[in-house]
Amino acid sequence: MLLEYFQMIDAVEELDPDNGKIVARADVPMESPVFEGHFPGSPLVPGVLLIETMAQASGFMLLSRLKFEKMPFLANVTSAKLRTFVEPGAVLRIEAQLEHDGSGFAASRARILCDGKKICDSKLMFRIMPFPNDALKDNMLDRFSQISRSPAE
Amino acid sequence: MATTFEAVAEIIADTSDIPLEEITPEKNAFTDLGIDSLDFLDIAFAIDKHFGIKIPLEQWTEELNENNADVDEYFVLSKLCARIDEIIAAKDT
Repeated sequence: MLLEYFQMIDAVEELDPDNGKIVARADVPMESPVFEGHFPGSPLVPGVLLIETMAQASGFMLLSRLKFEKMPFLANVTSAKLRTFVEPGAVLRIEAQLEHDGSGFAASRARILCDGKKICDSKLMFRIMPFPNDALKDNMLDRFSQISRSPAE
Repeated sequence: MATTFEAVAEIIADTSDIPLEEITPEKNAFTDLGIDSLDFLDIAFAIDKHFGIKIPLEQWTEELNENNADVDEYFVLSKLCARIDEIIAAKDT
């Protein structure tokens, strides 16, 4: 994770676009400028960034389903529960499952676990829209390529 | 069994906090009931799930954006429900 650059996902460990499922990994860094403010002397990953992490995992699953022809933008977060603190050095498992593939929108359910314990969960909705420009599409493709690569490659 | 309109009205009331009695067939979801596009995503989601369909929201939006259609044609509730009935009928044939 590079919290300050909103790079939340480090690796895609399982991906089944046809069935709308993804499992990803995120390694919380030991140090980050984010921790200087959240909180001084007691660093914790902000809850909004955990929601962003679930959104990004869902987003990469949707991008794969859409074959990177359109972009999912987070539009709605419901029933978000932040169950426990996440500290520097934590290794997170992010699971997301497509709940509904609508016309111009999609909904997912996602959760994050750490050492088998549920950290947070939420329902997320996305607007599915054309990429606003080629640069964003290229960036998404590059990022997906980086996180999809197995460590052996 | 609830009619399509009754089911849609309940969905709108549940998702948008609009009193059920204010939701009548001649109302336009956007201009009369004040539903915005984000709220309508929730409504479309609930309609899709309730009826087991996929309303072609993307196509309708494109047609509206290209000025090939009037917003009333899709979003006056009686017309929306008629379109939902058409989609259900097409799915069942």
